[in-house]
Amino acid sequence: MPATNAEPIVVVRDVHKSFGPVEVLKGVSLEVAKGGVACIIGPSGSGKSTLLRCINGLVPIDQGSIRVGEFDVHKLKTDAEKIALRKEVSIVFQQYNLFPHKTALENVMMAPIHVLKEGKDEVRLRAAALLKRVGLSAKADAYPGELSGGQQQRVAIARSLAMRPEVMLFDEVTGALDPETVKEVLNTIKALAQDGMTCILVTHEMRFAREIADQVYFTDGGVIVESGPPAQLFDHPTKERTRAFLSEIL
Amino acid sequence: MEPFWDWFRWLHDATGINLSIFYDPFDRGRFASGFLMTVKLSAVCIVLSVLIGIVGAWLQGSRLRITRKLIYWYIQFFRNTPPLVQLYFFYFGVGSFMTTQVSGIAIPVVSNVAWAIVSLSFFAGAFNVEIFRSGVEAVPKTTIEAAESLGFSRLRTYLLIVLPLAFRISLPALNNNLVNLVKTTTLAYAIAVPEMLYVSSQIWSDELNVPVMMNVLLLCYFGLVGSLVYVMHRWERGISVPGFGV
Amino acid sequence: MSRLRCTDALPQRTDLPVLLPAAARLLRTAAVERTAGVFMLRLRAKHGVALVALFLIGCAIAEAQVQAGHPSILATLWKWTPLLLRGFLFNLLISAIAMALGTLVGLFLGFAQISLVTPVKKGAWLTTHFFRNAPWLVLLFYCLFLLPFQVTVLGLTFPIPDWIKATFGLSLPVMANVSEIVRGALQSIPTTQWESAASLAFTRRQTLWMIILPQCIKRMLPPWMNLYAILTMATVLTSIVGVNEMMSLTRQALSAENRPGLLLAFYSYVLFWFFLYCYPIARWTVRLEAKYAVNI
Repeated sequence: MPATNAEPIVVVRDVHKSFGPVEVLKGVSLEVAKGGVACIIGPSGSGKSTLLRCINGLVPIDQGSIRVGEFDVHKLKTDAEKIALRKEVSIVFQQYNLFPHKTALENVMMAPIHVLKEGKDEVRLRAAALLKRVGLSAKADAYPGELSGGQQQRVAIARSLAMRPEVMLFDEVTGALDPETVKEVLNTIKALAQDGMTCILVTHEMRFAREIADQVYFTDGGVIVESGPPAQLFDHPTKERTRAFLSEIL
Repeated sequence: MEPFWDWFRWLHDATGINLSIFYDPFDRGRFASGFLMTVKLSAVCIVLSVLIGIVGAWLQGSRLRITRKLIYWYIQFFRNTPPLVQLYFFYFGVGSFMTTQVSGIAIPVVSNVAWAIVSLSFFAGAFNVEIFRSGVEAVPKTTIEAAESLGFSRLRTYLLIVLPLAFRISLPALNNNLVNLVKTTTLAYAIAVPEMLYVSSQIWSDELNVPVMMNVLLLCYFGLVGSLVYVMHRWERGISVPGFGV
Repeated sequence: MSRLRCTDALPQRTDLPVLLPAAARLLRTAAVERTAGVFMLRLRAKHGVALVALFLIGCAIAEAQVQAGHPSILATLWKWTPLLLRGFLFNLLISAIAMALGTLVGLFLGFAQISLVTPVKKGAWLTTHFFRNAPWLVLLFYCLFLLPFQVTVLGLTFPIPDWIKATFGLSLPVMANVSEIVRGALQSIPTTQWESAASLAFTRRQTLWMIILPQCIKRMLPPWMNLYAILTMATVLTSIVGVNEMMSLTRQALSAENRPGLLLAFYSYVLFWFFLYCYPIARWTVRLEAKYAVNI
């Protein structure tokens, strides 16, 4: 959906990151407006997942700056500051998201109780409502081991929403799922985006990216090769590498 | 209680089955103390070995190479040598250097019970270090990242997410080890610790009722180890999470 | 294969695995160790190196305490070596006999545990678990005291020396552990094998001998060999019940020498021999395990 507010809430400028001798991010910059949806596509190993982890402070960057809301992510040092950041931005991973030893409802309730220090009863109500929102009220007392992959990812999304974030990051969340369950997860994300949540997705689902993204970024080899609105990037890519990648995928 | 004990005296007179540990108060006391010593050895060694395992697993993640190497060789030594040799090493080897002079005679400072506890705890602890370390490493990285991304501090993540999961993963292996430990406490006989086997051997040399005592001993160990296995099994089932298992 | 959890009734319906492969492996190892009854021995060459280092330190300590006129530590060790070697070979003999005996009976017991005749099955299960729960030393005592010291067969009297009784005592836990290894291997064969055999009109006995057992041998070999390595090290227990094997001989040698500080040198010398024997077995076990790796 087109961004209603031009104010960028996530600003990434010239980020460099190396793991030992391997440079994974070689100067990446992007901006996401509030309420906007950005999709990052590219071949594996191009640094997409690392970028997401840098944005929410899981991985420190070597060079450059990242700003999310009022937080300068690259300048955060103490645990307390990082925790404050993570109340603003939530991330959903591809696998092993949920805590296997807690039921779905408990998974959603855990962070607000322990991190936000909210009251148990009101958290329970809110958690039940969130599970309803992702369509899993019936599975509130099931353990992750009893849920299908798609259901697990939806619980993970509900859990992230419980923290009332401003920005949600999705790291190839449908990568490990089979085609039927992919759709239910994508619909959940689409509903979120339509409700006005700022989302950054790393995904291989090109049709989905075209449907919901405001801006698509193509990364390869640690740099953003090309970016633009989905219609432009998918139908009229300007760079050769983009064309090659898209012809392989589509 | 007297008529109960007297029945065993009648049993001895009538059939020759000499269960003096029931009708004779002295033997009763001895056997009970032996049984309690075995239980005490097992309990103390279980607790100590679990502590050693936790500390060792934590030290193995240390940044200092020397710490890691020390823990590694500690594990290798206690894993690959017979526990009897370890017991002798502590009691005769190390113990002989730790003596004080009491009226001209060298008295060991550390008692044989203490050495048995030390040796057995280190023996089981060596296995526990590996078990706990594997358990902690087996918690998926993204689960930890998910917890951190939700705003849990490192300590909270460790206490609320990593430890419960690692514990559930380690429990079967840990149970094997603890059951083995209880069986290994009999080795303390070799250094004259008055546990059940030692006391029984004293009783049967006094009362000359070897077959009876041996059977009683076997039944007691069967009961002790069997009940531990049963309790552990129930505990495993109790804390198991649906879908989280092989 | 494992009776760890009652999740058999609850099939795992997740698309995403809830456990990392490492965790699944740990649980499988625990299940295997529970079946095999003993831990997995993992010897490496560097353990041998460490023992040699320990030995040299021991020699140095002993050498430092040598008084004038006394022979050097190496000469002392060399003097005692023939005796200790005989003792060591005695240990190996005990381990070989105990293993052979235990394996033979254990095989039958293992098969009996999957018998369709309930009293046989229950009896075998009880026997196996009875001997698994008993400490090895207690079983040694049991056999030593309760087996007759001589037996009369067809008018000829055979004395039964202590070491044979001790060997028999060691074969009892071996029998119980082999029984569990066999049962574990048999139960790890997928039911589809049994079903295919049945649909080809094989009798149960034919299925067992021609189809199931050949597959099991590969799975049974690594834990069986591991058990043998552990048994060899456990033969030193017989010294407590008075058998004159290597451990007792070492103690006697040490008290004969009556020199403090020889302890480390002697014991590391003796341990090194055990290492030399158990190391090839342990490495071969690892190779076999890798070769017959079963993805359960």
